[in-house]
Amino acid sequence: MQQRGHEMVTDFTWMIGGPQGSGVETAANIFSQVFSKMGYQIFGKREYYSNIKGEHSYFAVRVSEKQIRSSIKGTNMLIAFDAETIFRHADDVLENGIIIYDSTLENVKVSDVITFDNDFKERLGNLLKSKNKEDTVKGILELASENGTSIHSVSFRSLLAELSEKLENPRIKNMSRMFNVLGVSLSLGLLMIPSEKLTESVNSIFSKKKSIAEMNVSAANFAYNYATAKFENIELKFEEKEIEENTLLLQGYYGTALGKIIAGCRFQSYYPITPATDESNFLETNEILEINEDRPGSTLVIQTEDEISAIGMAIGSSLTGVRSATCTSGPGFVLMIECLSWAGINEVPVVITFYQRSGPSTGLPTRHGQDDLLCAINSGVGEFPRIVYASGNVLDSFYDTTQVFNYADVFQVPVIHMMDKFIASSVTTCQRFDETKVNIDRGKLLDEISSDNYRRFEHTIDGLSPRSKLGLENGIFWNTGDESDIQGHISEDPVNRIQMMDKRQSRLDYILEKIPESEQIIKHSEGDFCIVSWGSTQGPVLDAIEMLKNEGISIGFVEVKLLQPFPKELLKKLFSNSKTIIDIEANYTGQLGSLIRQNLEKDPDYYILKFTGRPMTCTELYDTLKKIVNGTAEKREVLTYGA
Amino acid sequence: MALKIGDYKTDVHNDWCPGCGDFGIVNSIQMALAEMEIPRHQTAIFSGIGCSGKTSHFINVFGVHTLHGRVLTFAQGAKISNPNLKIIAVGGDGDGLGIGAGHFVAAGRRNVDMTYIIFDNAVYGLTKGQASPTLKLGEKTKSLPTPNTNYNVNPIGLAIASGFTFAARGYSYDIRQLKDLIIAAVNHKGLAFVDVLQPCPTYNDINTKDWFSGVDRIDETTKKAMPRIYKLEDTDYDPVVHYSDETELNQKKTQAIVRSLEWDTKIPTGIFYKNELITPYTRRLTDKIPNYIENPSALQNISKNNVPITKIDQILDSYKV
Repeated sequence: MQQRGHEMVTDFTWMIGGPQGSGVETAANIFSQVFSKMGYQIFGKREYYSNIKGEHSYFAVRVSEKQIRSSIKGTNMLIAFDAETIFRHADDVLENGIIIYDSTLENVKVSDVITFDNDFKERLGNLLKSKNKEDTVKGILELASENGTSIHSVSFRSLLAELSEKLENPRIKNMSRMFNVLGVSLSLGLLMIPSEKLTESVNSIFSKKKSIAEMNVSAANFAYNYATAKFENIELKFEEKEIEENTLLLQGYYGTALGKIIAGCRFQSYYPITPATDESNFLETNEILEINEDRPGSTLVIQTEDEISAIGMAIGSSLTGVRSATCTSGPGFVLMIECLSWAGINEVPVVITFYQRSGPSTGLPTRHGQDDLLCAINSGVGEFPRIVYASGNVLDSFYDTTQVFNYADVFQVPVIHMMDKFIASSVTTCQRFDETKVNIDRGKLLDEISSDNYRRFEHTIDGLSPRSKLGLENGIFWNTGDESDIQGHISEDPVNRIQMMDKRQSRLDYILEKIPESEQIIKHSEGDFCIVSWGSTQGPVLDAIEMLKNEGISIGFVEVKLLQPFPKELLKKLFSNSKTIIDIEANYTGQLGSLIRQNLEKDPDYYILKFTGRPMTCTELYDTLKKIVNGTAEKREVLTYGA
Repeated sequence: MALKIGDYKTDVHNDWCPGCGDFGIVNSIQMALAEMEIPRHQTAIFSGIGCSGKTSHFINVFGVHTLHGRVLTFAQGAKISNPNLKIIAVGGDGDGLGIGAGHFVAAGRRNVDMTYIIFDNAVYGLTKGQASPTLKLGEKTKSLPTPNTNYNVNPIGLAIASGFTFAARGYSYDIRQLKDLIIAAVNHKGLAFVDVLQPCPTYNDINTKDWFSGVDRIDETTKKAMPRIYKLEDTDYDPVVHYSDETELNQKKTQAIVRSLEWDTKIPTGIFYKNELITPYTRRLTDKIPNYIENPSALQNISKNNVPITKIDQILDSYKV
């Protein structure tokens, strides 16, 4: 049992767990849809092992009437149809929280759960022993119950048997794959949510197949009615609220995918890797595009033999004038480095959407991390300009994606767009993307060339040469990974070398000059204590700041979006009114902190870091920031929460 | 105005060694382009790394000198994005069959409509003569400290096994035949592979021009050298798969692989295998994107007066709460 440090008005976290492949995500989607349609804000996160079937996965959905951008410590309601979920999460259920579980699991022993890591098994055993509880589901539930959690037990199998009898369909009796729908429906019954919302949601989620939808609706209603009839009433009540206009319920990776579609990205090559592949799948699913007053367009989505081919193809595509991209994660990105360097020396606009996960090497392949920032900035053969740009949430990532394509075209550089697993596998309510805010700037890309003395790398005042494309008449050019002359032919001349290095490298200052400050760094708030961070920590940081604000503590927050070239003068200016700088990142060493040390010759006063692969919760940040404000924190605070 | 061979030449200094087999290949490509009268701006040469990688700088069409082993990836990305382009990829045997072997195999599976020419001399020339994937086991070219310990790759066999739908072999000192092979390859509907035997005068002292000409094999009666190379087109060999029939397909593949294994005293050149019954990648794309050929990525408008013209409201509506 845990106590939250802080309670908001309505702030309810519901969790369902089960083996991979048991439909945990579907159940969570039903739950999220129901509550979003009741007018609530949703923030859901999915955690899973690198495994196809059998290992433990869980989905926690946080519901609030106010805007929420992160998960919070503690669970209000836990749904478990397997023993592992109970063992792993019962301890996380809050006082006055609820557990609904499958009563047939009662006598399952810790040692019966073969999927436990040995370390966890030992910790769990020690906990139960120290509390004088037997090492079974019953034991851990007793513990939860003593801590104030109310336990609702129901045999999922008997529910199926009764339903089977009612519908006169003997097959249903053994359909344990419907446990997920039973679980979520029991919880919605207990919470007295209008049953038509449940029916509507189940229908929409299983809309692809009518017969499956019908069966699941029957199961849902049956479990729902069981809960309303048999479970003891609880005090919690969720009023239906007016749905805010233009609210969407989105998966985190939709932002970059839809950003690419509207930005005119018409080619994406990729090699399968978690957590980046979902985005490519989305693009391919929506490959035929509706175009205003024109014939249909299309996005070519090509699965390649490896990541080298993925970026090679994207570069080849870009040379034909297409806005092109690839999408990958750390182990794929490092394979792309030589091609990235080629794009750098040849001034090829190409976008790499980089969904980070936790390294090193394969690391925690299905878990969150922000440990590839320095890799994105520094990896390369030699010195060449690039842009590294980070987004903090799904909505930002939509607009940012449209911008990174403009940056790539205007500055003729490769752009690495930093995303991560936390955003990718979150499900959130979100304001509808506003297409009218998007503009497209292709920079010096030429549509026609009249004279025949075109030179691709001609020197110009701003260092940017007009850009031809393969197939353009009078626009013939050469590219090479060698240093080249203005035509693109190999040159090892030392004077030409200096001119070409200057031409390319001067772009870094030019980028800082041309990209508006508001796109480089977002100043969310001001204070003596000032947080500096980047990427998806934005959500938990903003939520934590709001919690502190309610107690009269104001904390500043600057979110660095442009990470290469590094906006050091701007950051210096933004830090000038703050006494204490707090760096927050999901990595071990504080990589943004090291950029600050390098560029500002200033060491942040505090580091709050998390590298367990589990995303930060606002509660953890709230607790730690409070320690910092009170002067009781260590310089380096490491966060650990999460199963 | 008709295009002449000279129109396809650049004034870039060619720094290959005197007597290099690569010259014949560049000349053949230029001759082929002139004969086909392909407008210069509709053609792109993609090249890998090494001596052969410089090829793109000597030909006056779009030239993309890429990275070691990666030429096919760049080339396919360009061709798929703009199927109107004529694309010829070139590279060495180490480039395509060593470091780039994975891309070689994957390219065969896609069968993108373009041409790939390998400059095959069994050594890594630019790094001073190390053994390349086509050098035979136990051979010791002059800069190897000890004989080669690896078995050789069979380029034609690998191409056919990977799904290339055209496989030919040329010889860089027979530029008329090579020019014709390149024209046939470019006109082929699908991925065409041309393996060009190309003596490296500096580092391969085994498979030299004289060796190919059979200077070491004097016919006792005529007192003339007996060339090792013979042309498939001078025999009754038929490389073409005529029917969508598995038996015929297997027979044509098998005969090509068997022929490609001939070496030493009888080395065939010409077209080994040609199959236009396998759909090229571009056609496969039209199965899912019906207007792909008329409106490929490179020809699509994405904005009007800097405003995007792609509509996403239907997709967004489906996520509306």
